[in-house]
Amino acid sequence: MFQAILFYMFAAVLVGAALGVVFSRNPVHAVMFLVLAFFQSACLWLMAEAEFLAIVLVLVYVGAVMVLFLFVVMMLDIKVEEVQRGLTRYAPLAIAVALLMTFELIQLIWMRNQGEGSATGFAPYPEGYSNTESLGSVLYTEHVYAFEIAAVVLLLAIVAAITLTMRKRPGLKVQNIAKQVAVRAKDRIRVVKMDAEKKQ
Amino acid sequence: MPELFASLVPAFAQDAWNLLPPLVQYLATVLFKILLVAIVVILIVAFSTYFERKVIGSMQARVGPNRVGPIGLGQPFADVIKLLVKEVIVPAKSNRFLFVIAPLLSLIPALATWAVIPVNDWFVIADINAGLLYVLALTSLGVYGVILAGWATNSKYAFLGAMRSAAQIVAYEIAMGFALVGILMAAGSLNLGEIVRAQEGGLQYWFLWPLLPLFLVYWISGVAETNRAPFDVAEGESEIVAGFHVEYSGVAFALFFLAEYANMVLIASLTAIFFLGGWGSPFEGIAAFERFHDNLFFGWFFAGGFPWLFIKMAFFMYTFFWLRATFPRYRYDQIMRLGWKVFIPVTIVWIAVEGAMAWFEVGPWAGLTG
Repeated sequence: MFQAILFYMFAAVLVGAALGVVFSRNPVHAVMFLVLAFFQSACLWLMAEAEFLAIVLVLVYVGAVMVLFLFVVMMLDIKVEEVQRGLTRYAPLAIAVALLMTFELIQLIWMRNQGEGSATGFAPYPEGYSNTESLGSVLYTEHVYAFEIAAVVLLLAIVAAITLTMRKRPGLKVQNIAKQVAVRAKDRIRVVKMDAEKKQ
Repeated sequence: MPELFASLVPAFAQDAWNLLPPLVQYLATVLFKILLVAIVVILIVAFSTYFERKVIGSMQARVGPNRVGPIGLGQPFADVIKLLVKEVIVPAKSNRFLFVIAPLLSLIPALATWAVIPVNDWFVIADINAGLLYVLALTSLGVYGVILAGWATNSKYAFLGAMRSAAQIVAYEIAMGFALVGILMAAGSLNLGEIVRAQEGGLQYWFLWPLLPLFLVYWISGVAETNRAPFDVAEGESEIVAGFHVEYSGVAFALFFLAEYANMVLIASLTAIFFLGGWGSPFEGIAAFERFHDNLFFGWFFAGGFPWLFIKMAFFMYTFFWLRATFPRYRYDQIMRLGWKVFIPVTIVWIAVEGAMAWFEVGPWAGLTG
């Protein structure tokens, strides 16, 4: 009962936030709605006892990805009318994707109900069960090759992103840090000894 | 110790308590714990502003605040009352909703993180398994308050401050996260209580010694994360007036102020928990003192307890102020270089060293691989 109330509360806010992402006129507001949506889905995952995934969702998406999003969106000076025109132009595609997703979800739930008799919910995990530990124990043993491949793909993405955006600008003034650190007083100051001048 | 408190409660009160439904009992206990922690944290924050002004005053051969109350102890309250009665000004061209909500967004994560922090062997609001991840996730949220404040103000100074702060916090968060990976490897758990228990037994078992490079990286990154001197370019008053909170006044400014100090207290406590054995006493393992462990009044000094966490936290708070009084502000490109090109490689190397030590069963990691 208590859980059901919590679930519907989180779900309602999630749907509201998702609508806010699409319909808000201000791009910064849209990003903040997306942050709220991530939070609500993390809460839903917590209720499904997937605490590792929930916290990682907040850590990665809210803590890092959305901060960079916000960073970019704030720098852009987006006109509200253009955003409005974009909404009507992309609406058919968006509706098609949404329908496809809904269809897939319904099929998934339907298949679950067909297979295992009455699969109405998850069986709660036993006391002391750690989601993180069990994920870690298979990730680095059974699935170590997939894990390494994912790491290589990410590294490739980093290298590609850097090479795509790196450009050499002529005449750019750069400080040589090693040189700066290695500097000593005698490199900069010359103490000159002079005889006192005679009075004219 | 909880049993001792329970025995102090009169019998009729216990009977009345037992009559309540379990859900109400649970909610009441949790709410009471939250209130207790929040009030203590806010009091610590209030007095740390006084502490800071006294420490920096003495370092600069001044007296510091000494007018309100005995030796100036009433100063924090005078400041709070002053800020509460001042007018809150919202700039005309600002984004009103985000402008008002930004200080809250920077304060809430700083207070919410206390949910998983064990202040004692038995006192923690939520004893969750993924405590370390929770801490990382919530501390990464504090940046939203700063960015939104800078943007919503609609001022160039505030915007520059927000940009600087965002880049800086994202950079140092990575180094902090890697340093915590080292902690995780050494303790073998994500639960903060377990991390403290892994350092049980006295001074020589603290993670400070085997993880010294990670300790330095974590602490310096913590100073950078809280935007404190010498990394306070987000509000560098000589360049961009006051950075992201240029236009904030009254209560809204007070909330930013509270958030900054709450974050400092949090980082100080986390450093104590991760590297200095949390509530543990440095004299824990000494056999000669073991007969004092059950003493009600000074047993904590030898057996460990909340006062030790407080003492360690106070030491790190002092270090915050010490750094502020000692160092000039970093140049912005140097901050970025330190974060990306020095700290991250150092942490990665030390994690590899730790892995090798665990594999070859050297030092404190003997038996971890089994």
